[in-house]
Order: sequence, then C-alpha cells, then structure tokens
Amino acid sequence: MVKMARLSTIGIWVGWGLLLAGAAVFARPARGFPPQSSPSEELFTLPGEIGQRGGRLVVSLRAEPKTLNPLTAVDAPSREVILGAMQADLIHINRATQLTEPALAKSWKVSADGLQYTLTLRKGLRFSDGQPLDADDVLFTFRVCLDESVHATQRDQLIVGGKPITVRKIDAQTIIFQLAKTYGAGERLFDGRAILPRHLLEKPYAEGKLSQAWTLATPANQWAGLGPFRLKEYVAGEKLVLERNPYYWKQDAKGNRLPYLDELVFLFVPNADAQVLRFQSGETDLISRLSAENFSVLSRQPRGLTMSDAGPGLEYNFLFFNLNEQGEKTSPDLARKMKWFREVKFRQAVSAAIDRDAIVRLVYQGRGAALWGPVTSGNRRWGNPSIPHPARSLEKARALLKEAGFTWTTGPNGESELVDSDAKPIEFSILTSSSNADRTKMATLIQDDLKQLGMRAQVVPMEFRSLIDRVTQTKEYDACVLGLVSFDTDPTADLGVWLSSGGTHLWNPAQAHPATAWEAEIDKLMEQQLAAPKYEQRKKYFDRVQEILAENQAMIFLASPDILAGAKNSLGNFHPVVLEPYVLWNVEQLYFRNPVENAR
Amino acid sequence: MIRRRGWKRWLLALAVLHGIVACAGFFAPYDPAAQDRERPYLPPTKIHLVDTQGHFRLRPFFYAVHLRDGSFDQFEESTGQAIPLRFYVTGARYRLLGLVPSRMHLFGAQGGRIYLLGGDAYGRDQFSRILYGGQISLLAGLLGAGLTLFFGALIGATAGYYGGWRDGLLMRVAELFVALPWLYLLFALRAFLPLAVSPVQAFFLIILVIGAVGWARPARLVRGVVLSARERDFVRAARGFGATDGYLLRRHILPETSSVILTQAAILVPQFVLAEMTLSFLGLGVPEPVPSWGNLLASLQQYSVLVSYWWMYVPALAIVPFFLGYLGLAGALQQDAGTEKIERASGASRW
Repeated sequence: MVKMARLSTIGIWVGWGLLLAGAAVFARPARGFPPQSSPSEELFTLPGEIGQRGGRLVVSLRAEPKTLNPLTAVDAPSREVILGAMQADLIHINRATQLTEPALAKSWKVSADGLQYTLTLRKGLRFSDGQPLDADDVLFTFRVCLDESVHATQRDQLIVGGKPITVRKIDAQTIIFQLAKTYGAGERLFDGRAILPRHLLEKPYAEGKLSQAWTLATPANQWAGLGPFRLKEYVAGEKLVLERNPYYWKQDAKGNRLPYLDELVFLFVPNADAQVLRFQSGETDLISRLSAENFSVLSRQPRGLTMSDAGPGLEYNFLFFNLNEQGEKTSPDLARKMKWFREVKFRQAVSAAIDRDAIVRLVYQGRGAALWGPVTSGNRRWGNPSIPHPARSLEKARALLKEAGFTWTTGPNGESELVDSDAKPIEFSILTSSSNADRTKMATLIQDDLKQLGMRAQVVPMEFRSLIDRVTQTKEYDACVLGLVSFDTDPTADLGVWLSSGGTHLWNPAQAHPATAWEAEIDKLMEQQLAAPKYEQRKKYFDRVQEILAENQAMIFLASPDILAGAKNSLGNFHPVVLEPYVLWNVEQLYFRNPVENAR
Repeated sequence: MIRRRGWKRWLLALAVLHGIVACAGFFAPYDPAAQDRERPYLPPTKIHLVDTQGHFRLRPFFYAVHLRDGSFDQFEESTGQAIPLRFYVTGARYRLLGLVPSRMHLFGAQGGRIYLLGGDAYGRDQFSRILYGGQISLLAGLLGAGLTLFFGALIGATAGYYGGWRDGLLMRVAELFVALPWLYLLFALRAFLPLAVSPVQAFFLIILVIGAVGWARPARLVRGVVLSARERDFVRAARGFGATDGYLLRRHILPETSSVILTQAAILVPQFVLAEMTLSFLGLGVPEPVPSWGNLLASLQQYSVLVSYWWMYVPALAIVPFFLGYLGLAGALQQDAGTEKIERASGASRW
C-alpha cells in the first residue's frame, strides 16, 4: 500500500511512542465453536511456531481510538486497532519480509503493461458474523472509498494518473482493477484497505450516513470484519475488548485455525512512562515503541520479561534549514541568515561537523544507527549502499566554510567566532518539539558541535503544533530538528517529502515550481520511479534521488532509533519487526505458552 | 538582652553560601557546558585513600572510569590508573564574580575528570552545574525580590499615605493580583514572549515576570504600616512644623516599614528562587546549555532517569540550605520586630 505523507499525520510519525503493552491471561477452555477447516475453504497457512489456544492478551494504547470505521480513521490508535486486529486486506505487506503476500486474494496477475490487476479471492471466506465474502463486497468497498461524499481518508491513493481506479467483477471470485497509468508500487495499494461487509453497510451508505457508521458505541452485532479479532465490548475511557474471530481465514502448519488468543484487550494509557509502569506491574503483557532509556530500565529487571531490539526502524531524524523563498514579510534578519542557509557548502559543513555517533550513543544509548540518507538500514530493499558515510571532520567543515567565504574572528570572551562576508556573526536558533526529549537532546549536541566551528546556535523547544505551524505556514524559523516515520519501505510512502510540491517537503513546502535545479531533478526521478513497472528500474531512480539528497544536504540526516519492545516470557511467537505495527503484526500467531499458569 | 543577635548568624551563613555560588568559577572544577560524550550519566566519582594494594595514600585519589564493554550506562574503574586529587589547579577560563578573568580552580585533577556529584546525559559535571546554576537561580530570586519590594513599597506607601480614592484603586488592583493563580499567569506571560531568546534575555524576562506578579503582597503590608504611622504623634508634629510629604515619607514613615520590608525580603527570595525553578523545570526558563536549578531538575521528568540515576536528584537538595537560611533569617527578623514593638510600647528606649 502506498501511504502518502500527509501533513495531518506528521503528528503520528513524529510522535511519542504509541506504546503497546501486554496482557493478563485467562485460561479458558477453547470454545467448541470454531468450524474446523473444510475442503470448501481456502485457508492461508502460516509458517511458524505452533501455539496453544486460549488466553487473553492485554496491551496498552496511547489514546482511545476515535472510530472503528476504516474509511474515516486518521488517528494512529484507530488505525492500529482496525488494521492490526479487526480488518483484513486483499494483498498484504508482510511486515517481516517487507514484501507483498496474498491475503484475502489468494493470487493476482498483473498485465504486461502494468495497468491491469486481476485478483482472485479465496473461496469460502466469511465475515466475523458468519456472512460469506464475495466479489460484491470488494466492489462495494472500492465504490464507497472512491465516493467523494463519503470523505474516505485514503481516497487520494486510489487516484492514479489523475483518474480513479476502476473495478470490474468477472465472477464471484475474480475482480479486475484497471489503472490509468503504470504504478510501480501497485500491489501495495491494497495493503491496509479493509474490505467492508456490504450486508451491514449498504443501508447506511444509501442513507448517506456511511462516514458516521461504526463508532466505538456500535453494538458488537452491528459490526463485522475479516481480521483475527472482532468487537466485543468498549468501555469509554478505559478499554476496548476484542474477541477471537472464529471464521478467521488463516491456519497454522498443523491446520489449527488462528488466532490462538481468545481475547485481545486494549487499555487506554496516555503516557509512555505510565505504560512502562503498567507493563512492569504485569497489568499488560507486552510493550512496544519503547524509548532506549525505558528499554534499559526494563532490561535491568528481567523478571520473566523478554526484551527485544528489532534494529533501526523507518524513523529518520534530521536537521534542516529554512530554504523558503524570501517573501515580502521575511524580516531582514532572517533574510540575511537565509543567505547562509542557501549556500550548499554551509550545509555540508554543518553536516560534516555533526557527531552522529555521539547522537546514537547519548540519545539512543547505542540502540540506533547514524544516518546519512533517509533510508534506514531497517529498510531492506531501498537503501543506496554507495551513499558516503563520512566520519565527523571539523577540518573538512572549516575548509568548506572557508571556501564559501566565511572567516573567523576572536569573540569578546576570547573564543573564535565564525562571521560571514559582511562580518556578521553566524547565529541561529534550532527548533525542536518540546514533547520529544530525544530530538531536544540531538539539538543540544548539535549546538555543542557547531560551537566548535564558531557558530552560535540556540536550541528552542516548542510545542509541536506551533512548531509545525512555523515550519509550514509562517515560515519564520532558522533551523529545525524533526523526524519522520515512513509507513512503508516503498519510496512512494514519502512522496510528499521529496516532491517539491509536497506538503511535507519541509525545507520549502508546497512549491508551485521547483526552486532549484536539483529539486526539479528529484521531482522528475520520483515521477519516473512511480511509473516504472520493475523494482530494479525503480531502485535505480531512487538511488539517484538519495545521491542528490546527500549532495545537497537540504535535510541533514542524523540518526534512526531501534524498534524496542518487550513481552512476558510466556508470550510465544513474539517477533517485533521494524514496520508498524511493530509487535502486533502477527497478532493471530501470538499465544501463551502456559495459559493455565498465566491465569490470574 | 538577646535581641538583634539571631539574624546576624543567619545572615553570615547566607553570606557564606552566596559567596560560594558567586565564586562558582573558582569552586567548580569545570565549565558547566563542557561535555564528555564518552561518559553519559556517570555516577559520582569515588574518592579513595587506600589503593588496590592496600597502601594508604595521604593525597586522596580516584580511578579513571570508562564504559563497560557493550554497555551505554554501566561504568567501571580502571584500577591501574590512579589520578591524584589536586588543589588550586589551572583549568577552564572563567571570570570571577563576572569581572576578574582567571583559570584557577579550587580542586581538579590531571589526566581525568572528577565528578563529585556525577554527570548528566551529556557527561557534564553535575557539581559545576549546580554551582553555576545557583548563580542564575539565586540572582533571579534576589533581583526579583528587589524589584517586587521596590514596587511594593512605592505602591503601598502611596496608597497608605494619600489614602482616599488612590488607596481604593491601588488596593483593588493589588487584590486582583493576589487572587490571580500566579503559576498559570507565569505560563501565560511567558507564552506571549518570544520563544527564541538568548539565555540573558530569558533571564531578565523571568525576573520581570516574577516581579510583575509579586508586588501586591508587600504593597498591602507596607500600606498597613504606613496607614498607622501616618497618624502617629511625631508625624503629626512634623507636619505641623510644615514638613513636606516627601520629607515625611522619607524621614518618618518609610523607616517604620523597614522591618516589614526586610522580613518580606527574606520570605520572597526563596519563593522567587522556587518560581524560577518552576519555570525552568517546565522548559520556560533559561535555555540549554546554561544551567539553572530548575532545568537541572528537568531531566527528572523522565521515568527512566527517576529510577536509574539517583544523583540527578542532588540539585533539589542544593536549595535546602539556602531556604533554611532565608526562612531562619525571616523568623529572626520577625522576632526582632516583635521585641522592638513591645519595648516601644512599654516605653523602653530604642537603642
């Protein structure tokens, strides 16, 4: 699936960890009810450890989901609950392999020109209320998704080459999707797009009330999905309880129908530290999105806990300077500074002076990786290995500054001070989000690094929303440390960051025309990779994009934190990965090794 | 008679404490912003007198400390490398009392850094930061109290002496200020001010903010004293002899308020130190890397720091002797004023 970087979702990326935590377990006799797999059903068999039925997994969620409607969900908790546990898609991105795999569609074919996708559904599938699934449900889903009056949040992604995707039914099992333009990441369009039950939602759709349907208050019998769990109970402000979907379409290697767990409970715990405390006290069974500090706190008390470091995730943190066009409202002071920032050698010098290893060591306690480009080592397929990783060098930084016409004088307290060609001292402020201690720490380290070049930088922690407002609206700032988390490994996920017209092209957002030649080149390359049908071709284009970014240092990439998670030892199949949802991606396979002992 | 003795002792103790903080450059071994990126959250250095062979050494020494392999917050001593503690060493440049440039430090070591009270997340010396931080916090408290008392006395004296509608107006405004929830007002005021300010600007902003909200209480107290003083016989007599308002206030009335003002000062200084700490703790005070007692404590907002590094609590203890000193002084001054009043009422001579 392609997830466009939208401004409204920066909050989610940049945010504080949405922590998932673990669960209390109740041993329950397995219900007799799950229908055994019959030959008429084409179940999806998952490899992996064979688990035991039963138990209840409790995890904490950063906030209450706003809705259970996949069409209108924008907030991270809603998406996590809906897409992670309650709904299913046609083609799924396997979070461990980062490749697409069959889900509700057992197979698919792409036409030679890359415009036509033919998907075949599994036979005999049922929604969680027992109603059968067929091609009409898929048709219905795409019809409402594309209907402007529904205001589906993912509608934009179904517009390819300026035209909406058309969907045709061949028979009860076969559907053809027709694209107006070749789209390299086409299969990924289907990930995260929940297939909706026509029998429940057709009526609200006809009444024009579809976007208001399926709130948290919806009675469980009015709700149905294709995910491993179904709605059981919602207690406002406290928790959301899901129960096992007996009709789920996956089985383990021994033919046992998944999921193993009987119940999945989301507790609403708003604060990261509070989530750690709940996990420590055993109230929750697992925890993810841990900070390195909290991870080491938990690692030091290993009473029955498995702590797991999945390696660098898809979050990239960076420093960027204000490269916007000067408007009439730009203050002369800022205009003067923007002259330095536009000088590419200035940016390269700053990059050369930054001690990335110290950032990894002091901010992430070594649980992270230094970055020289936007693709982290967690992304297996898209990194460009030829991007240079120069070590920190103050000499090189000084040489670059000298070439760019900067000189040094002796300041009032005897320290050397960098000045520009007009003998003005180089002073600027670095914005960071006050709610993100990690980035404030990075900025403080950068401040000290730059002091050694004679630059005077000031760290200004700011409330997140007013920071975004400054960067994208008023454009009154000097520099800023921020981070983005890609939803997917595919470069299309961050299209809005790299295209000069993108809203999250942070250093100079939403340009009418590319301001520089290299931004124009990136625009072209991104369009080309989008249209190329083959991975190899696309990779070549995106490699070049990474090279251009590394040369121009519009974003000075800093570091990427590891994905850290923990669970009780008794939780089986606990394999955190670097893609969201980090731990619950294989929730259908999670199980308790000793459901009886775990009973409380 | 024991009066006018108690406060002198308190004052002396406070002078010593303030002297140490004022000469932070000399007592602190390092620059407060100097980072040691190899040693984040270093625990306090252990000072030894007996080495690993069991030999007693006259000069205290410590061992160099390095990160344990593969760890990022566990340290171990390299017992092979003993570093003697030295006194009067040459180190980082500073200006004594902000004026005299110097490089002399009370203590230090060569070949390794000594962390008496541990290090913070950036490997900065906590001891040096507490001393330098005290300069900011205490100066903010003292200047804030001075500003407050100046305006408080001015407004209180005006209201009390002239009375009438001026009194009514000023005292209603003062009541308004007393009734305001000051912490929230501080937030609101700070939010209106520019965010990108230099440490110096931020410092004066804090003092202004503190002074702006604090004047009402001393103003009310001063007014009360002035009201009663204005009706005293000697004031009436002086007025009868043709003394001007200015003369009366200066010569007869304001001296009457001195004990109230002094006691208030002793109460307000720690209160304003605390106000500065609150603002800095919440990230609204002086910015990094300049230390103040408030932003030294800010890292305790993180649960992991709270449970892992006990020495990060030490800045909270630093204020205790100062608070005791000021509150003791206030108590002694109040007692004095009380005795004085009783004596005067019973006709005893003033001196």
